[in-house]
Amino acid sequence: MKIKFSRPKSLIDVETHYCAGCGHGILNILTAKVVDELGIRDKTIGVAPVGCAVLAYKYWNFDVCEAAHGRALAVATGIKRCHPDKVIFTYQGDGDLASIGMAETVHAANRGEKITCVFVNNACYGMTGGQMAPTTIVGQKTTTTPLGRSPESGEGWPIKMAELLSGLKGVSYSVRTAVFNPQKVMQTYQYIKKAFINQIEGKGFSLVEVLSPCPAAWRKTPLDSMKWIEDEMVKYFPLGVIKRE
Amino acid sequence: MQKTNKKKLMSGNEAIAEAGISAGCRFYAGYPITPQNELIAYMAQNMVKRGGVFIQAESEIAAINMVLGAAAAGVRAMTSSSGPGVSLKQEGISYLAGCELPALIVNVMRAGPGLGDISSSQSDYFQATRGGGHGDYFTPVLAPWSVEEAVKLVMLGFDIADYYRNPVLILADAIIGQMMEPVGNFDKSQFRKKKESKNWALTGAKGRPANSIKSLYLKEGVLEQHNKKLKKKWDKIRKNEQRFFVSDIADVDYLIVAYGSQARISLEAIKMLRKNNIKVGLFRPISLWPFPGKGLRKIAEKVKKILVVEQSLGQMVEDVKLNLPNKEVYFLGRAGGGVPSAGEIIKYINNKLI
Amino acid sequence: MSKGKNNIKLSVFELRIKKDWCKGCQLCLVSCPQKYLELSSNLNKKGVNFIQGKEKNNCIGCGFCFFMCPEGCIEIYQK
Repeated sequence: MKIKFSRPKSLIDVETHYCAGCGHGILNILTAKVVDELGIRDKTIGVAPVGCAVLAYKYWNFDVCEAAHGRALAVATGIKRCHPDKVIFTYQGDGDLASIGMAETVHAANRGEKITCVFVNNACYGMTGGQMAPTTIVGQKTTTTPLGRSPESGEGWPIKMAELLSGLKGVSYSVRTAVFNPQKVMQTYQYIKKAFINQIEGKGFSLVEVLSPCPAAWRKTPLDSMKWIEDEMVKYFPLGVIKRE
Repeated sequence: MQKTNKKKLMSGNEAIAEAGISAGCRFYAGYPITPQNELIAYMAQNMVKRGGVFIQAESEIAAINMVLGAAAAGVRAMTSSSGPGVSLKQEGISYLAGCELPALIVNVMRAGPGLGDISSSQSDYFQATRGGGHGDYFTPVLAPWSVEEAVKLVMLGFDIADYYRNPVLILADAIIGQMMEPVGNFDKSQFRKKKESKNWALTGAKGRPANSIKSLYLKEGVLEQHNKKLKKKWDKIRKNEQRFFVSDIADVDYLIVAYGSQARISLEAIKMLRKNNIKVGLFRPISLWPFPGKGLRKIAEKVKKILVVEQSLGQMVEDVKLNLPNKEVYFLGRAGGGVPSAGEIIKYINNKLI
Repeated sequence: MSKGKNNIKLSVFELRIKKDWCKGCQLCLVSCPQKYLELSSNLNKKGVNFIQGKEKNNCIGCGFCFFMCPEGCIEIYQK
């Protein structure tokens, strides 16, 4: 019997620590699958963030560096500049990329660092129990916005990172995608692959923003979480290619 | 720099930068702050020419984390700043220590707290010698008293960092950073002849299992094991890396303990005091952590009284007192950019010690 | 698809599921265009009703379940 769909070789054969229905599981696998498909396992270096994906080094079977909260793109810059022939990617959540690490994100993008950034937007701080993130949508209840996020109360509006970064000259590729159904997951796979190819071709900064479920922090079932992305998140965070050079 | 017997007049900041490049540093990321701007400018002008990477980072935090990335990639990396910037770098320094990554961090101290001012100070001693960031860790700290010694200590610092896999601090004050002195010898230090193998570095998992660099240990008891392993390393550093300099201790009644530029000023005072037959000697810690307590205790045996002189309100004096609980230890210090002069030291000794 | 005896379509695909890794999220179940997957009435080591193929294998090997599974516990083989 031949294998039609199998776990990527760039993925270690272990169970994950993620909660049931977590988007990180899907995206860890997709990233590893891209690395397999491009045949770059022996020259890929991943940078893991602080957040639920901090343990990604336990799952990816290639070199991984853990970064301090928000600093993944600074760490990745250090690695990439020292090893320009290697493929460097960061894998970051919304708190990491768009809040505490906003300066690192904007400036790495603005320098046009040849780095691929997989940005997992689950509209909350998952690991710490579901607080408001910069991408929490208006009205969304979190442990720190118990009445729902309200811009009128000074809690601000959700930040659209893919659009924000697309305005920078150093960014060559900026897309937003989601994982709420198999078609979208496959498309996400294609986007991530394209973002890696961009880097290999020496193009500038590539961002793939992925709307991803956090059932535990959202207090929803995995199925309801996917539906909430499709019905609510996408309204505010439109999907598609925002910039391609 | 071309090897030559000719000496060149350089500022401490420039010499530290050149020493870094000569020591094989190939990655520098920094952020402008006075009084170390000549250092970052020298790096900008020379690092790329010599095959390295120079990045002016968006912040001190980004700079230290870029250095962490470069160190993880197996490259000799450094950054530099002054007090307010080094405070921001503490996050990264803690991660470097936790991840066991070698790097060199230069602090050309200015006066604080807060924004303070840009004049010379030694008020970051506590921050430098007590880890500085969060968690249980230490970083070796080397304090030069001349431009020439700054060069040697940068080279030694890189070797110590690589050997122990730990960040190392160069603690200079604004006087050392700004003053110009002739320097010529940029030969590498002779700390260890063997180059450390960096098989732990992230270079792509070609023909080997994947490497990971991390400081997270979640499983019960595992972090404590990691802490214990780190402690063994720091115990070894405490034992092996104490460095100090002494002067005028053959016949000595009073001992001045001072480091950095303040030690030079103190030596001036000692020379003048000796002309009046007052027997004063100098003990100058070169490594501030580990504090050279062993050497100090031995020399202090034959001394009547000790005077610690600092450009601070009293920081190193605590380490001196810890090491000499049965000695009379006096302190003369000025803060806020004040520098105790040779005259003030002489006056203090005449009035208080004798 | 190949036709077996009595003209019943027999799938050439076989799902292999690491049942003890399954957390029962059902993302695969709702994605399957063939409605081939179901929750077992038994519990796995986690104490979860794990996913399994129904008795009649009508899998078309589309891979939707594979892509949706956050655990990577579904693999698809072809005869």
